[in-house]
Amino acid sequence: MNSVDQLRETVRRDEVFNFLKPRIQARDLDLSHGNILYLEDVSVSFDGFKAINNLNLYIEAGELRCIIGPNGAGKTTMMDIITGKTRPDTGTAYFGQRIDLLRLSEPEIAQAGIGRKFQKPTVFEYHSVFENLELAMDGDKRVWPTLFARLSSEQADHIDEVMHTIGLHEHAGKLAGSLSHGQKQWLEIGMLLMQNPHLLLVDEPVAGMTHQEMDRTAELLTSLAGERSVVVVEHDMDFVRSIAQKVTVLHQGSVLAEGSMDEVQNDPRVVEVYLGE
Amino acid sequence: MLISRILKNDRGGQVFLAILTLVTILVPVLNLAVPADSPLHVSTYTLTLLGKYLTYALLAVAVDLVWGYLGILSLGHGAFFALGGYAMGMYLMRQIGDRGVYGNPDLPDFMVFLNWQELPWFWQGFDMFWFAMLMVMLVPGLLAFVFGWLAFRSRVTGVYLSIITQALTYALLLAFYRNEMGFGGNNGLTDFKDILGFNLQADSTRVGLFIASAVALALGYLACRYIMNSRLGRVAVAIRDAEDRTRFIGYRVEHVKLWIFTFSAILAGIAGALYVPQVGIINPGEFSPLNSIELVVWVAVGGRATLYGAVLGAIVVNYGKTYFTAALPDFWLFALGALFILVTLLLPHGIVGLLRKKEKVQ
Repeated sequence: MNSVDQLRETVRRDEVFNFLKPRIQARDLDLSHGNILYLEDVSVSFDGFKAINNLNLYIEAGELRCIIGPNGAGKTTMMDIITGKTRPDTGTAYFGQRIDLLRLSEPEIAQAGIGRKFQKPTVFEYHSVFENLELAMDGDKRVWPTLFARLSSEQADHIDEVMHTIGLHEHAGKLAGSLSHGQKQWLEIGMLLMQNPHLLLVDEPVAGMTHQEMDRTAELLTSLAGERSVVVVEHDMDFVRSIAQKVTVLHQGSVLAEGSMDEVQNDPRVVEVYLGE
Repeated sequence: MLISRILKNDRGGQVFLAILTLVTILVPVLNLAVPADSPLHVSTYTLTLLGKYLTYALLAVAVDLVWGYLGILSLGHGAFFALGGYAMGMYLMRQIGDRGVYGNPDLPDFMVFLNWQELPWFWQGFDMFWFAMLMVMLVPGLLAFVFGWLAFRSRVTGVYLSIITQALTYALLLAFYRNEMGFGGNNGLTDFKDILGFNLQADSTRVGLFIASAVALALGYLACRYIMNSRLGRVAVAIRDAEDRTRFIGYRVEHVKLWIFTFSAILAGIAGALYVPQVGIINPGEFSPLNSIELVVWVAVGGRATLYGAVLGAIVVNYGKTYFTAALPDFWLFALGALFILVTLLLPHGIVGLLRKKEKVQ
């Protein structure tokens, strides 16, 4: 487009100026090509150390993907890039066909439909389970609307539903700080669900959990995939085997292998990386 | 009704507002209607002192709003208080008219003394009460907005933010000490005569100011409680406890901080404006960093994140200050230091926390 065309485009009278348009039309995520996340040729380095090196990763819509890899493989940095916490030096990151993640801030990315669960469970300790979910709820999160916000009965039902999903409905009024470790993890997953995300990023969901808690978490995560896409980063191989449909192995900041759990486990390069450790 | 809805789950607030209402009715009656020789008479000195405490209490509520609920330890809230006070002081100066020592109808005394020929541009309009009242809110609000916009956008938090707020009030202290700033330099503004045509020395005016302070405190308290009851209040506490998490669930943390900080600064400004006519002077000393630290101590003593605890703390500590600076003048600073250490070590939730613990035991 030459500059005259650009000017003509800018001053069109049937549309508002480009800078006045919201940068994201959050809910019109375009999944027409079947993929929800595109990371292409992404590299990022910290003080010369390449944390991510030419990473290419595609996540299909509705898929449950596990990402494994030795320490320092760049798993958390990859999550940081997707959620806008870290900006890559090169490469592109698209959410659906149209939403350029590299142009959005962290809250904008959250509103566009990417939810993230942290490694360490962070819930709001001085709020009850119900209030934690209420705060995470999808909606207008600007200052004034928040000040005058009222909880509608539909919203209360939605919160109730999520509390049932994560198995915390009996603890609705309990302070989040007094929950057990496993319950906090579930609450955090519940908070992600309240945002109605299209893509869930879950960082080490079963660290420090008992076996029963692990089984419940596996059930929870598999039930969530389908409607939305779930990306799980995990160290625990048993857990990964119990949920994974497709596994991606990261090593030194790029993809080493991708496929079903069996394929990946028999890949000689993967064996070398893990045994060489 | 709105008030009962705001106070629904706030027993401490109900008790506090009931006591405040009682005091606001009783004290003026005991001052004006009871003869001076009766033991029940409340002297105008005591009434003014109480009025001063009420303005401090409003200031403490403003600090509690940002510190207790939002987790921003501001060590510069005295600056907003003083700016509100200066705006009121400028109005009161202009009301003196030609009754000053030099009898100049257009210029306040200190300007005549400095040989100034005309009123500086930033003094224009302060002869009008409504304009001065607007400035009481606008000047601290604007400063807080600009300061907060820069600080929160750059994600300055914790101790660094506290240090910058401290620097802010110190910078203003130095600036206001200078004569060429046009605010009376080191002497500040004083020798006020009347407000809205009422003589400031008259008992009835003192009573009026006392009631205005009480009403401002009550309204300020209710406004803060309303904010804290709303979802925005829960977001504020969420920011205090886990700022990054709040950001990742889609709230613009900077905006929330900015609005609440600005609102708090406006409250502090109003408190300052009510303080000045009651004490009769405003000078750069109000900007001193020590003042701002002291008022954080009030809130800590009373109990953070309760609002009424801040009121209690402000009144208790200031009563102590009034008593000790008269009875044992050299002892006060030791007492204040000891108080801060003891509260931090033994009473992390302040006096309110102590009362609550007793309640639980029973």
